[in-house]
Order: sequence, then C-alpha cells, then structure tokens
Amino acid sequence: MTQLLPPIGAVLPELVLAISAIVLILIGAVRGEGSANLVTGLAIAVLAAVGVLVLLQPAVEVTAFNGSLVVDAYSRFMKLLAVLGAVVSLIMAVDWQAREKQAKFEYAVLVVIATLGMCMLISAGDLIALYLGLELMSLSLYVVAAINRDSIRSTEAGLKYFVLGALSSGMLLYGASFIYGFTGSVNFLQIAAVAKEPSFGLIFGIVFLLAGLCFKVSAVPFHMWTPDVYEGAPTPVTAFFASAPKVAAMAIFVRVVIEAFPHVTHQWQQIVAFVSLASMVLGAFAAIGQRNIKRLLAYSSIGHMGFALVGLAAGTPEGVRGVLLYMSIYVVMTLGTFACVLTMRRKGQAVETIEDLSGLARRNPVMALALGALMFSLAGIPPLAGFLAKYYVFVAAIQAGLYGLAVVGVLASVVGAFYYLRVVKIMYFDEPVDDFDPMPTELKAVLAVSGLFTIFYFVYPAPLIEAAGAAARSLF
Amino acid sequence: MNVAAAFFYLFAFVLVASAFMVISSRNPVQSVLFLILAFVNAAGLFILIGAEFLALILVVVYVGAVAVLFLFVVMMLDVDFVELRQGFLQYLPVGLVVGLIFLAELVLVVGAWVTGPGVASAVASAPPSAGDVGNVQAIGRVLYTDYIYFFQAAGFVLLVAMIGAIVLTLRHKVNVKRQNISAQVARTAKTAMDVVKVRPGQGL
Repeated sequence: MTQLLPPIGAVLPELVLAISAIVLILIGAVRGEGSANLVTGLAIAVLAAVGVLVLLQPAVEVTAFNGSLVVDAYSRFMKLLAVLGAVVSLIMAVDWQAREKQAKFEYAVLVVIATLGMCMLISAGDLIALYLGLELMSLSLYVVAAINRDSIRSTEAGLKYFVLGALSSGMLLYGASFIYGFTGSVNFLQIAAVAKEPSFGLIFGIVFLLAGLCFKVSAVPFHMWTPDVYEGAPTPVTAFFASAPKVAAMAIFVRVVIEAFPHVTHQWQQIVAFVSLASMVLGAFAAIGQRNIKRLLAYSSIGHMGFALVGLAAGTPEGVRGVLLYMSIYVVMTLGTFACVLTMRRKGQAVETIEDLSGLARRNPVMALALGALMFSLAGIPPLAGFLAKYYVFVAAIQAGLYGLAVVGVLASVVGAFYYLRVVKIMYFDEPVDDFDPMPTELKAVLAVSGLFTIFYFVYPAPLIEAAGAAARSLF
Repeated sequence: MNVAAAFFYLFAFVLVASAFMVISSRNPVQSVLFLILAFVNAAGLFILIGAEFLALILVVVYVGAVAVLFLFVVMMLDVDFVELRQGFLQYLPVGLVVGLIFLAELVLVVGAWVTGPGVASAVASAPPSAGDVGNVQAIGRVLYTDYIYFFQAAGFVLLVAMIGAIVLTLRHKVNVKRQNISAQVARTAKTAMDVVKVRPGQGL
C-alpha cells in the first residue's frame, strides 16, 4: 500500500456523483412529492458538471485504491460518453414525466446513482470493483425499469430484468471466482502477469465472466430480456437503457479482456467472434417482423452490439478504436431516435407502432428528414456517421484476418437495412394519419443535434477518431 | 490442551445432538430453539479454533436476526407442522447418501489440491500471524484502509436497494388518520374547548 487516500483529482467525478446523489435524496425526502422538477433539474446540472470534470482531468494514467480504480484516456472517453447518454436521456424524461403525471424525484436520483455505478465500472481495475460497479448500475436499472409501478408491463419489465440480471450476475461471479482461484489475484494486471498460458480453469472462468458481461451488453445468446424490457419500460427509461449502460458494459467488456487476458487472446477471441456474429445475424433477422418501434430498436441495439464486438474480436488497438467510435456514434444515433419515439403521442396518449409514423414526411417534414437520416445511418449507408462506424470495425477485423466475420457483418447489415428502410418508406410513401402532439423544445434540440451529427460527421471526423485512437492505445 | 479437547467434544456433541433435534422434534418452536442452540455451539467451536470474528457474526447475525425471524414466522403462521412432517424421518437414508457424496467430493477436492505456477506470488498480502492481532482487528485493518473503496461501494449498493424498495412499494394512503404530535402538544385549553350556547328546543 503506497498511500491511503487517492489523489482527489482522479476520483473527483465519482466523488461528486456519490455526494450529490445523497444530497438529492435528502432534498427529495424533505421537500416531498412536489420536488421532482427541482431534483431532476439539479441532477441534470450535476451530471453535466461531472462531464466537465471528466473532460478536465489531466491526460495521464492514474490509479487509486491499490489499482481498483484506473483513470486513463480510455476511461475518460467512455465516462464522457456514458455521462452524455445519462444526461440527455434525463433531459428527455422531463417532458414525459410531466405529461404522464409520473413525476418522481427518485428517478433522477437513481439515474445519478446508476451513472456512478457506470463510472466505477468503466474505471474498474480489478474484479471486485467490476462486480460492485456492475451491481450498483444494474440494481438502479432494475428499479427504474419498474418505476411506473402501476403499469403491469413496466412491472413485468422490471421483474424480468431483475431475475435474468441476477442470473447473469451469478454467472459472472462464478467465472470471477474461477479466475481468482486459478491466478491468485483479482487485479487485472496481476491476472495478466500470471495467466501466461491457457489452463482449463482459466478458460472456464473467462467463459462465465464473458457470459455475465454479454448479458449486460445484450449480446446473443444472452439477449432475451432486451425486447421485453425495452417495450415494457417507460420510453425515457428505454432511451436511458439503450445508451449509457450499454456504453459502460461495453467499456468493461473491452477492458477486462484486453487488460487481464492479453496472453490468452486466442481463447476469448473465439467467444467474442461467435457472440458478435450471432448478435449481428439475430439483430438483422428478428427485427424484420416487429410492429412496435421500441421492440424494433431493441433488436437493432442487439445487432449494433454485435457490430461493435467485431472490433473487439480483432483484439488490436485499431479494433478497440473501432469499438469506441462505434459506441460514440451509436449513442448519438440512439438518443436522436428515441427523441422521435418520445414525440410519438396523439391527444396526450403515447403511440408505439411503426404504422403511426405513416406519412410523417407530409405532416412534419423536418422530423421525418431527421428520423430518415438516423435510420439510414443506423443501416450504415454512406456517407452518414453509421457507415463510418461500421467501416472502422470491419477494417480492423480484416486487418486481424477475421474475413469471415467481416463478410457476415456486411451481409447482416444489408439484411438489417431492410427494416430501417421500411421505416423511411412508411414515413415518406404511406398515407398520412393524424398529427402528433407538438414536439417539446428539448426533444427538438436533441433530435437536431443528433441528426446534424449523423449527416455531417463525415465532413470532419478527425477529432473523434483521434480521441478514440488515443483512448484505445492507453489500454495496450 | 485437555481442557480445550474437553470443550471441543462438549460443543461438538451438543451441536450434533441439537441439530438432530431440529429435524426430529414435534413442536416447531422447539425446533427453532434447538437451531439457536446449534448456532451457539458452532460459535463455541469457532472460538476454539481462534476464529472469534466468525463466532461473533454467527451469534449476532444468525441467532440475533435470522433465528429470531424464524421464530416469529413459526409462531405467527398457522402451519400444521405435524401433518407437514408426516414421515419426515424416512428421508433420512437419502439424506445420508447425499451427505456421503458431498463428503467424497470434498475429500477429492482437498486431495487433488495444487497451486498453479505464479499464483503464490500474486496473492495481495499475507494474513498477519494469529499471535500478533486478533482477527477482528486484522479484518478491520484492511477493510477500512485497503478496501475502503469496496466498502463504500457496497454501502451504495445497499442504499440503492433501500431506495428501490421504497419507490416500488410505498403507497401513501389518503384516508388514514395519522398522529400529529406537534399539533397535540400545541393544543391549549383555549383551542381545545368551545363553549356553545344551546338554545332550548333547537339542539346543536
């Protein structure tokens, strides 16, 4: 043990999140039911401040608490992304809560605590920190999935997510105990130093650990919860689920295999390649028959996690850079798409089928244009941002010799293009139905930023690529 | 040495006997009381091998919380245990077989114990020698220093569990009359009494 207290700058974002979560609970508890708007506003401010703090952290690698918490370029990049997802989805929740009369201050508090868990998860330097961060994040997510407790579907979503999540936590812990037993350490770097060659117990542990993590990123074959939870949870909660926790889970997925198992790459590469392939294929085919836009987006997110994992399967700095770029672009696209889904309400009633978008181009051409651009981008059509995201992961896979994976990936994205384009077709060529209620300003802003980013990203892609490259290099 | 051995046999005998009584006694309340006796004797065994922290935890958590909870449940739920336990002891042979299988597996695990190459060097820190400090102190030394981060994180996980339970289940009932202590204390004779003049033939 070198020093008892960590350098305060390294843990400042987590510290601010933890303290403000407790302060927000107290404010909510003292002021009672009517404090939802105040607490939500403060939570948005706190999350934005944490984003700035992460941005301001010096560009050096610092570890704290005996290596349990690692702050490097990689963790800063991913934390920024996770905080972005959390803050935008919380902003999008404000109007929804007011309209559905579901204003609860606990929602904002739980989002702040989940973000704390995500930051701990992204920075985790050993298996215990990984588990605690993951549980802190997941427990908050189980509760917010069921936050609309008078709705049967929301409760069902929360319960389903909780039971399956507990199962996956069990598998993860089982795997972690094997890894600890066969390497004698929980610290990623120590594990890497001991695990020079694959042994039976170590591979067994890796399989179970990755199974637990695959559940959290909703990769096939651990994806079953995703469509039901996405559909059942309140829409702003779904927007949150689709963005920030995915980033955090993917971040620790990448960190654990790259940092802890660099000498047994061949072993985990097979698992990641299979999971990625299965997710891409299932995401492409299962979404075809969906009528509900939230279920459609659930399958779409399963497919996108598969594409992101292609970069990880390469196991190179270029591959990890591809994952980081993919996740950044995915988060922006998803948040924009959910801004549209949240707008879909008629006469105060939320509607969720794809047919409700019929003829949107004639009713609201700007929204149709933005949503159309997002759909083209999700499908991966050049020159939109989604294409560049896919391009970088596939290039990394080809450089690593994973030709089969890259070919299947391209084919899957062709199949996937079908259902994205169907949404565009319904918006532009079907007969219009009734107008949606007017769009709140904050959703307009989110949709505008997201749409402009996806359309014009190819003009100046260098800064994000460089930041992702620097972040990826800090892992190796 | 002989005293320790005598206590070991005393605790062990009472432990096994009371464990047997837990499953064979007729009255469920007696069963729970025998369970508590078994816990206390197990705690005695832990103290004999120098694991006083485990002994304390066993008494505080299992006896103090879990067993008392059992007792409440058993006394409050009207379960017909006699009928439930008809022929309970006839499962004993199966139980013995399962126990033997577990024993064989434990022997196999312990017999085939090896330490992987490099594992010994990776162990974070050696435990302090037993003569130096008691194990409550030893745990305290690392729990609140080296592992403070995990300790705080676990605290947050419990906080979320508490918030979750409250958010998902607490319902404020509108029509329930609650005691308002400050209003009661602030009551004076002036505010409490109202003199009403009742006119004859009209009532209140």
